[in-house]
Amino acid sequence: MEWAVFIVFAVAAVAGAGGVVLARKPVHAALSLVMTLFSVAVFFVLQGAHFLAAVQVIVYAGAIVILFLFVIMLLGIDKEDVLDEPLPAQRPLAIAVGVALFAGLLLVAGILQPTGAPSARGSATQGDIANVERVARSLFTDFLWPFEITSALLVIAVVGAIVLARRGGPSTTLGDEPEVREAPRHVGAGSDEGPQAVLEHES
Amino acid sequence: MSVPGSYYLTVAAMLFCIGAIGLLVRRNALVMFMCVELMLNAVNLTFVTFARMLDDIGGQVFVFFTLVVAAAEVVVGLALIVSIFRRRQGATADDVSLLRG
Repeated sequence: MEWAVFIVFAVAAVAGAGGVVLARKPVHAALSLVMTLFSVAVFFVLQGAHFLAAVQVIVYAGAIVILFLFVIMLLGIDKEDVLDEPLPAQRPLAIAVGVALFAGLLLVAGILQPTGAPSARGSATQGDIANVERVARSLFTDFLWPFEITSALLVIAVVGAIVLARRGGPSTTLGDEPEVREAPRHVGAGSDEGPQAVLEHES
Repeated sequence: MSVPGSYYLTVAAMLFCIGAIGLLVRRNALVMFMCVELMLNAVNLTFVTFARMLDDIGGQVFVFFTLVVAAAEVVVGLALIVSIFRRRQGATADDVSLLRG
């Protein structure tokens, strides 16, 4: 039974990954990505990582792919990708690099065996404690300080995203906002010179 | 009868390499980002597999941190793409080959 589930979702994962690379439209690539992410979540369940499987579906397949789709729809760049390649040798070379990487990974995995001292942080499977409780115990004892730092990382990411995506970009200060909003009237909506150039025109 | 860890590692290696090829081949910045997500996910699968093989919960906790970093990376990356797209009408990698606005 476990083998059947593994084979079905392994095929689905690789097919979804191929779809991300081969799809002409970004929307199709995003939907293929959902298939791969869901298959990886199934692998997590098969290996007993129930908490991570739930987080994978909620955060990745939910939030992150929706964010991708949101940007695709918002910007309206769902047109087919340009196919002409400016560097003639890039595509075969890229595939050669990928195949060599895969062969190298298999070679290293075949030669080396994973070893290590018995875990001091607790077992992943032994005993009858639920997976969520194991992860929580480890996270809030051994990894408490990294966990706190991730909250700072998220705040920094949110602030960075707001600064970058604000109209006018990072170079505009708050006081300039009304002037920038007025400016397109004089130059025309089709101008792509940006608000900074518009300000220079006026002064 | 449970599936041995090496099979999961092989699938993870395949996903990682497909993501790497996509990152090198595609030129749409959004699709390149999706390929990076694919590679991050392949590494997550490797972490979980080793957590089971070595019987250590640390691998699963590390995947949690990888998820947080990936989420932060996507947020900042998409903000960059949006701000690039405002300046010029396109989001391919060749459109931003100059180091000026």
